[in-house]
Amino acid sequence: MIGACSVRVGVDVGGTNTDAVLMDGREVVAWTKAQTTADVSGGVASAIRTVLEDAGIAPGAISSVMIGTTHFTNALVERKHLSPVGILRLASPSGEALPPKTGWPAGLSGSIGDHVFLLGGGYEVDGREIAPLDEAGVREAAHTLRNAGIFAIAIISAFAPVNNAMEMRAAEIVKEEFPDAVLTLSSAIGRIGLIERENAAILNAALSDLAVRIAASFEEALRGLGIEAPLYISQNDGTLISAAQAAAYPVMTIGSGPTNSMRGAAFLTGLTDAIVMDVGGTTTDIGVLANGFPRESSVAVDIGGVRTNFRMPDILAIGLGGGTRIHLDEALYEAEAIDDAALRIGPDSVGFRIVEDARLFGGDTLTASDVGVALGLARFGAPEKLPALSDAALSAIASRIRDMLEEGIDRMKTARLDATVLAVGGGAFLVPDILKGAAQVIRPPHAPIANAVGAAIAQVGAQIEKVLDYDATPRAEALDAMKADVAAQAVAAGGDAATVQIVEVEEIFLSYLPGRAAQVRMKAVADLAEGGDRVHADAVAGVAHAL
Amino acid sequence: MRFDATALLDLAYGAAFLGSGGGGDPYYGRLLCEAELARDKSIELIQLGELPDGALVAPCGWIGAPTVSVEKLPSGRETVAGLRRLEEVMGRRIDAVLPVEIGGGNGLAPLAAAMQLGVPVVDADGMGRAFPESQMAIFNIRGLSACPSVLTDANGTVTVIENSDNLAHERIARGVSVAMGGIAHMVEYPLSGREARAHAIGGSISTAVAIGRAVREARAAGEDPFEALFAALRATGIYRYAGSLFDGKITDLERETRAGFSIGRLTIDGLHGEGEMELLFQNENLLARRAGTICAMVPDIITVMDRETADTITTERLKYGQRVKIVGASAPNILRERRALDFVGPEAFGFDDPYRPIEALNGWDRH
Repeated sequence: MIGACSVRVGVDVGGTNTDAVLMDGREVVAWTKAQTTADVSGGVASAIRTVLEDAGIAPGAISSVMIGTTHFTNALVERKHLSPVGILRLASPSGEALPPKTGWPAGLSGSIGDHVFLLGGGYEVDGREIAPLDEAGVREAAHTLRNAGIFAIAIISAFAPVNNAMEMRAAEIVKEEFPDAVLTLSSAIGRIGLIERENAAILNAALSDLAVRIAASFEEALRGLGIEAPLYISQNDGTLISAAQAAAYPVMTIGSGPTNSMRGAAFLTGLTDAIVMDVGGTTTDIGVLANGFPRESSVAVDIGGVRTNFRMPDILAIGLGGGTRIHLDEALYEAEAIDDAALRIGPDSVGFRIVEDARLFGGDTLTASDVGVALGLARFGAPEKLPALSDAALSAIASRIRDMLEEGIDRMKTARLDATVLAVGGGAFLVPDILKGAAQVIRPPHAPIANAVGAAIAQVGAQIEKVLDYDATPRAEALDAMKADVAAQAVAAGGDAATVQIVEVEEIFLSYLPGRAAQVRMKAVADLAEGGDRVHADAVAGVAHAL
Repeated sequence: MRFDATALLDLAYGAAFLGSGGGGDPYYGRLLCEAELARDKSIELIQLGELPDGALVAPCGWIGAPTVSVEKLPSGRETVAGLRRLEEVMGRRIDAVLPVEIGGGNGLAPLAAAMQLGVPVVDADGMGRAFPESQMAIFNIRGLSACPSVLTDANGTVTVIENSDNLAHERIARGVSVAMGGIAHMVEYPLSGREARAHAIGGSISTAVAIGRAVREARAAGEDPFEALFAALRATGIYRYAGSLFDGKITDLERETRAGFSIGRLTIDGLHGEGEMELLFQNENLLARRAGTICAMVPDIITVMDRETADTITTERLKYGQRVKIVGASAPNILRERRALDFVGPEAFGFDDPYRPIEALNGWDRH
């Protein structure tokens, strides 16, 4: 019996596949894996329709839909669908030695264009102005951008996380001159560290047009199915934002894919410490679960080669997936020995064209999936269409795949002991049972759709930001009280109290105020409580507040 | 040595480690150098022995709080303005520059300056690491004068300090840097070639590059980067003992920008129940207590690193929740002499405990 309030649909829209899962509480009721279509909403709608039909429930019984998407990551990596960005940096003369986009890969920088305005403004650490805001310059820039048809605009000022007044004023001026402009303020998406915050703001602006279209197509898909439940999008830290927020802050969703697959793998196995290998169509993402959470990178995280300071899972992506091309001369398919140099695996992949190009589907490209089926690791497609491959050829390819995965384990592992490996994703069958460095390899039930499960069980987050006066309350006491508050908010929002973790504490002493005062920002996340029906609206409200 | 982008990366890695958490993240300095290299400039690195007696050598770098340096970025005109002003004051041209400290961003800052000015960089520095205050340079310890000294800021301010008392120079320079917004470029301790040869810590730039290269090569070969780091440090002969002090997660970070410094305390919880480590810093990490007992003290090097990648996390980049390894290395011998400890030992930073070498505190000298 399915309870009306706890039925959630999780969807993972990858470059190759769109997976959907329907969950009742902690139980996977139905799932599907379909090809990602050029028409995104169509693919999402058909995947959700399939799970609804399989589960035999009405669209009205769905309490919420969570979508994880790699659209924005892919757009940056492939440099497609990016908008040119007008960049207004308010800090001059400070920072002119390091203009926006310094150190960016040339291709991505080229897609953004060269619409940079270095204007007087910004704050010093003590709250003084570096220079007064160059209001005329801002107005002029808005005018220039409007004439050039550059709608996406990022505004960045020095010390904006402490005081965003100048960014707000500049936004007001731009809107007066250019009402249709779509603005990203750095203070809304990043913390201290001007270059990293500016980079994130520029990337966000570049994705803004695509984000609006993607969010609209997701909503259209739901409307078409008669689902009125709220739609949420996964963020890189495992929590959710509303579709409207994702449309405004797409950069916050980058990296949600690996987070979802790791959390999905942990959920499906009940394990909290393991190495997760998510084998997709193009890559295998290798990450580490530590105490049930994806291990994070402590240092600056590159997104598409651009430095940011987001919290992101520490992921190693290797060019091996189900659609990965096996480069081996056809004349050697039946050879009795394969020379090392004659064989190369990837890094190119046929991606979603696997159903046309792979041998299994009558195509003429030998892929990792073809070899997996030939080896008896999986069964799909039309095995009779596979070319004859000698044992030597098969074992050469299998051993090369094993080498790639073993090297990946070795690079991600920190302890000398062998780790448990969780193999998930559509290509999980490519992970051999015995791997050096792995104590055991587990392919959990529903492994192919672990990502969608991860989206469906997204975490609850709560965030508080306030100024604490340590002269009034000693620091340790004030911080403990705030931690208790934010943890309670996460639980109130539907989080499981036993899993609450404070994941972020940022404290900036406000040296321009008398006494010892600090601006403190804290975030707590928790797993969804059992039967956590109330979850979404409240949980998202907590995050929304911060945005 | 030819400085290409890879050598710059290696130098940035080595300098970040030797910064003992301070000197600022070398990332911005590296970008500035890359921008100069892209303009077809090149870096000429010379050895101390190549300096004629009468050469004018200008040690330089940034003074201020690293926490400010990530928001208040350089205009790019500070460095040349300061060096040119020193030339005016001294009535002659500068023949070479060197980093006043090899640690952190200041290990790279003079490279961009040298390219802009068209002079060589001397493979040497004045601290063998990074220290928060100007009088902690070996040049002061050996009795040389910090002045004339020039401070410049992003807004174009130029301040010349002339004072025969190096402690007064630091006090005034610190005040000026605070008035300039908390970060400024400083040229100080102008040296003759003979003085540089007699007192500067030689070979520190190439040592930092060698450390960075060893770790980069270990990573490429799939080997443990920490082991590679320790081996590379020991092989220098300058940093003879090196090892891991603690492994854990940051559970508290109290960090304040005060009187021109980033001052704070870091608490790290052991990952495997080995208690807690407390780390005190003033721009640089100064003193580490493991389960209440001191295990490393200034001037020995204490660096917080990402426990997976072995990248240095400078004090301004520390964040709650980071998984880190605390790594230590013995300071160059020159900093452990009695006379040096008066300026750079624990007591110079207000700690009551007398200096004890890191190898003795951790039993590294028993192997």
